[in-house]
Amino acid sequence: MHASTSAGREARARRLKSHAVRAVAALAVAGLAAGCSSASSSSAPSTGGGSSSAPGKGASTVGFIMVGEENDQGYNQAVYTAAQAASKDLGVKPLLAANVPETTQVTATMQAMVNEGAKVIFATSYGYYPFALAFAKSHPSIVIVHQGGLFTGPGKIPANFGTYWGEAFEPVSLGGMAAGATTKSDKLGFVYAFPIAQTIDNIDAFELGAQLTNPKAVTYTEATSEWCDPLKQKTAAAALLSQGADVLSQHQDCQSTVIEAAKAGGASVVGYHYDASDLDPTGWLTGSAWQWAPVYESIAKTAIAGSFTGSRYNANWVGTFQADDNPLGLASFGPKVDASLQSRITAKLATYKTGASIFKGPITCNNGKTLVPAGVTPTYAQINAFDCFVKGVVGTVPKS
Amino acid sequence: MNGLQQALAGGVESGTVILFPALGELIGERAGIVNLGSEGCMLAGALAAYALTAETGSPVLGVFVGAAAGALIGMAHAYLVVRRRADQLASGLVMWFLAVGLTAVLGAAFVSRTATPLEVVKIPLLGSIPGLGPILFDHDPLVYLGYALVPLVWWILFRTRAGLVLRATGERPEVVAVAGRRPELIQIAAVSIGAALAGVGGAQLSVGYVDNWFDDMTNGYGFVAVAVVLFAAWRPLWVLFGSYLFGVALASASVLQAHGVAVNQYLLDALPYLVTIVVLVAVARRGSNQAPEGVTRALTNTS
Repeated sequence: MHASTSAGREARARRLKSHAVRAVAALAVAGLAAGCSSASSSSAPSTGGGSSSAPGKGASTVGFIMVGEENDQGYNQAVYTAAQAASKDLGVKPLLAANVPETTQVTATMQAMVNEGAKVIFATSYGYYPFALAFAKSHPSIVIVHQGGLFTGPGKIPANFGTYWGEAFEPVSLGGMAAGATTKSDKLGFVYAFPIAQTIDNIDAFELGAQLTNPKAVTYTEATSEWCDPLKQKTAAAALLSQGADVLSQHQDCQSTVIEAAKAGGASVVGYHYDASDLDPTGWLTGSAWQWAPVYESIAKTAIAGSFTGSRYNANWVGTFQADDNPLGLASFGPKVDASLQSRITAKLATYKTGASIFKGPITCNNGKTLVPAGVTPTYAQINAFDCFVKGVVGTVPKS
Repeated sequence: MNGLQQALAGGVESGTVILFPALGELIGERAGIVNLGSEGCMLAGALAAYALTAETGSPVLGVFVGAAAGALIGMAHAYLVVRRRADQLASGLVMWFLAVGLTAVLGAAFVSRTATPLEVVKIPLLGSIPGLGPILFDHDPLVYLGYALVPLVWWILFRTRAGLVLRATGERPEVVAVAGRRPELIQIAAVSIGAALAGVGGAQLSVGYVDNWFDDMTNGYGFVAVAVVLFAAWRPLWVLFGSYLFGVALASASVLQAHGVAVNQYLLDALPYLVTIVVLVAVARRGSNQAPEGVTRALTNTS
């Protein structure tokens, strides 16, 4: 499996349901709004100009399209916050569109943004990919970049198109260190949706990180088969708490239900996607949070300078700690993480920056199989092909 | 609590989320009106309850407003269906669409707001019964309201004159009219009360159990409630059984995983639906088809 496909698979699975729901929601709202928005967005398809100048050159307006709520304390809020910050830094006018379903409405929204003068557009949900790519092809003067996707052809990547993402498992392992060091019961809980590669990597990295600070730490896993179903998140969290887990983490789109359940049950939390420490200031240990602003700025700057074509962003770009450009970083520390633990975690982060890996062998699966032989550091592609939970994780990866 | 107790206790909590809209749907269908918009009524109830609780700090007030929000959507459905002769299934779906869209827009400000949920009340004495106490008598008050409501609905429907009139309306409204009653008003009232109960089910979800609001958080459980009524053959006690069965299966999936039992995740995910349908079809529906004639007409004669 190729490196970034897991990100794509995750996002696709995540959006399968919300796709239908948002479409329905949009329908109902559009009905109420008497179609005033569609009138502006479906206006005459301007071509976006010729390709005489470099795509995106001199852009003073930048568009951002999001699939969900701008205040979801998760994936979309991370996009929203970064879009605001990056635009301010660059001195460009941001056009922000939230709750845009993964339908032709993406195309309409991009066209409306172009009509408003946008020359660079960030399409931030996986399901936007086909619309973003098609739009890029028909608008060669506009830079279209896609968050979490992967260009695999056919043909050469368009000169005005690219994808970008960040390596997740290393920041997640740092959260695992905080969890391992603070647990009293040596039992950690992890709520996830589907056993896709990126989630398997995250759970394995979480447990391996926890073992760094607490060799006895065990991670109990709960699959909900949904990216955001509060009822199932609640039953999962309740089962984990009752099993004795006193730190909960997750790989879900909406994180507040698990955080509230942990708070009510006196457990701590390690977050994902967004720094939600204000939901539970005392129980929050740390987490992984998207910090997209530097990436957005770098991409927009490259485009504005007229040098997008042929740059690293005119490709499938993945940020890493080693290259010091990972958009997924460590969230803030809560009060339970004392100074010495904080310095252990930041020291570990420093080793990742110089090429260390949480997945350096020997690593054994919880079924006894060898996952990574001793002394071997797996490649990013190999890590994204992991198909088992490591020793210390309670749970099995189902054969789908 | 051991695993079994935990699955049963969690099942009662999450089953109550299904029980309220299912009882509500039963009342409406006994009067001859199907409300596929139950899901939307739940969503409206969940949001209204959560919003009021977040703003006022009173989850009890939240529950009442949640019921009112559900009832409002139910009234709109009843008006379209009873007064304007709209197709029941189409109108119900429209109500659902409307609620999904409206709650997503109106609820945006309440995503990730915190609120004080309904408190768990352990019932004295009963809550201390070994084994049974934690399963049945250590929950939020809406769970106990559910216990009381089932026999009450049964008694009203099958032991009172009002219930007889309501059921007659569901079978032969013209006979009810000849007897000097107004079947249309009875239907509108029944659907509205049922929708209010669906709103309470939404409140149980947002301020009773999960303590959170998120768009589309009902995730199809309102449709599960409609299905439970169908498979329970329109009988309140079987609706109770079916709702809890679904909840217990849902909670069991979590408990099994937390104990490291290696069951395929996708099978676990399907379990609540499979178990509930199989058991209700095999047990509850054995014998007669008790569908109110009004419901049969609505389901078969879609004009």
